[in-house]
Amino acid sequence: MIRTEKLTYTYSQGTPFEKTAVNNVDLHIEEGAFVGIIGHTGSGKSTLIQHLNGLIKPTSGKVFIDGEDIHGKNVKLRDVRFKVGLVFQYPEYQIFEETVAKDIAYGPSNMGLSKEEVDTRVKEAASIVGLPDDLLERSPFELSGGQKRRVAIAGVMAMRPKVLILDEPTAGLDPKGREVILGQISEYHRRSHSTVLLVSHSMEDVALYAEKILVMNKGEVFCYDTPPNVFTKADEIAAIGLSVPQVTKVFGLLRQKGIDIRSDVYTVDFAVKTIREYLEQKGRVS
Amino acid sequence: MELIRIEDVTFRYSDISDEDTGADAPKPSEETPPVFEHLDLTIEKGSFTAILGHNGCGKSTLAKHMNAILLPSGGKVYAAGIDTSDESRLFEIRRHIGMVFQNPDNQIVASIVEEDVAFALENMGVEQSVMRKRVDEALDAVGMSEFKEHSPSQLSGGQKQRVAIAGVIAMRPDCIVLDEPTAMLDPAGRREVMKTIRRLNRESGVTIVLITHYMDEAAKADRVVVMDGGKVILDDEPKNVFSNVELLKEVGLDVPQSTQLMYAMKKSGFDTADTHIINENECADYLYELLR
Repeated sequence: MIRTEKLTYTYSQGTPFEKTAVNNVDLHIEEGAFVGIIGHTGSGKSTLIQHLNGLIKPTSGKVFIDGEDIHGKNVKLRDVRFKVGLVFQYPEYQIFEETVAKDIAYGPSNMGLSKEEVDTRVKEAASIVGLPDDLLERSPFELSGGQKRRVAIAGVMAMRPKVLILDEPTAGLDPKGREVILGQISEYHRRSHSTVLLVSHSMEDVALYAEKILVMNKGEVFCYDTPPNVFTKADEIAAIGLSVPQVTKVFGLLRQKGIDIRSDVYTVDFAVKTIREYLEQKGRVS
Repeated sequence: MELIRIEDVTFRYSDISDEDTGADAPKPSEETPPVFEHLDLTIEKGSFTAILGHNGCGKSTLAKHMNAILLPSGGKVYAAGIDTSDESRLFEIRRHIGMVFQNPDNQIVASIVEEDVAFALENMGVEQSVMRKRVDEALDAVGMSEFKEHSPSQLSGGQKQRVAIAGVIAMRPDCIVLDEPTAMLDPAGRREVMKTIRRLNRESGVTIVLITHYMDEAAKADRVVVMDGGKVILDDEPKNVFSNVELLKEVGLDVPQSTQLMYAMKKSGFDTADTHIINENECADYLYELLR
């Protein structure tokens, strides 16, 4: 679905502030995957995702969406942007319409869809993000911060992009708010079968929802793999300044203490299962 | 010794006049329901208190009462012994109780780091030589001395927050109230800020009130206060607060993952699992005893 070939981007090229943010990245993301993207500030993850719908043009290298070079001769970037929807950080600051429904409809209306089709999509997207019908005719500016954010996300979902990219959709929310939004994104992924890329600082969140994790470091792909395979590398991940889930750390500590237990534990449920299995193996189950 | 006393405080946003209203708090035309009613809370000098609660539970509103950014509709707040409604002593209150907000970009005013840290001192008319000394000390306390001649725009979020903290420290406050200071930071920035806060508390005896959505940060405090619906529903040492796993989830909060693991084990039949465990070291110690 998404493929990059030797993708390189250098900011302020030819000035003393020259900085290569993305360096020679070859990436292949499968259609329908739910990918978590992790990396600390300056790792190049935001620069990378902005290439995927043509917001920035590579200094060198290529980006292919659906097999098509997005900077190729006959490709309209406008079509690429309908195909790849990007939700920025703090998207609630981008809301501008008079009503919630109009704001969500902005993207699909620009795609030239019929009014009926737009209405259907607005309702559908609003329901995925859990905005009740009676809110649709209200001004988005009367809503709470969490609700506004969901309006902004619904606006991109309503375009039914084949790829949905979200840059830290849970930043600044409380634990319940985080869980609700991530649950809704996961539900959208399940229902639409689209490819979802979720940029996050929280390993715990990514571990719970993503099927694949892309770890970026210093403009390069550190690893792109399934959660268990990524968390087996807990020590290396910590060494590049990222944190792993607390349970992963606990199992790392147990191994240090000489307990021969698996290291790819990253969720609470899996941790309980692993402890039980370990005790069963030793014939000491209660 | 108590530093801040919140006594029987009730607060409604409709009770404040237009000029007090922040940009994100529209002035309601009718009386709005109280954010909290008859609330009591005291903060001890030298303590490190974390305040938890879901968005909209009133914790930021409460924090703004601690240095007279907001004044109670009913009841009294005493900061360093001063009644916060005494307008003539406003500057004194703010000097005792400093505040750091969520967005680092909204708090930095100068174009050079050390000038930003000196901003409040200049306003207070502090003598040049004293100012130099205090600015240097403050930057040293947050580990930002080497950046003193940098432009804040070149700094990371975590570094900017440390500069904001230095600006408060330079006034030598008794207490710093931090309203979600790490919400917009990445994990490395969060660690830097938390380390700085803890060091100020432990080594310099600065009283800390930390409002946060991160349970692992709250677990590092001496005391955790949980608010819901404008009330304090839990107020205890972190391990005692986080052992209330079900209650915390009910009010939209969470517990550290180690506590969650203990809770899940208990539910699946491991009777000895202890939900007073709140960090990875204690958790690993417990599991080691179980598995070895």
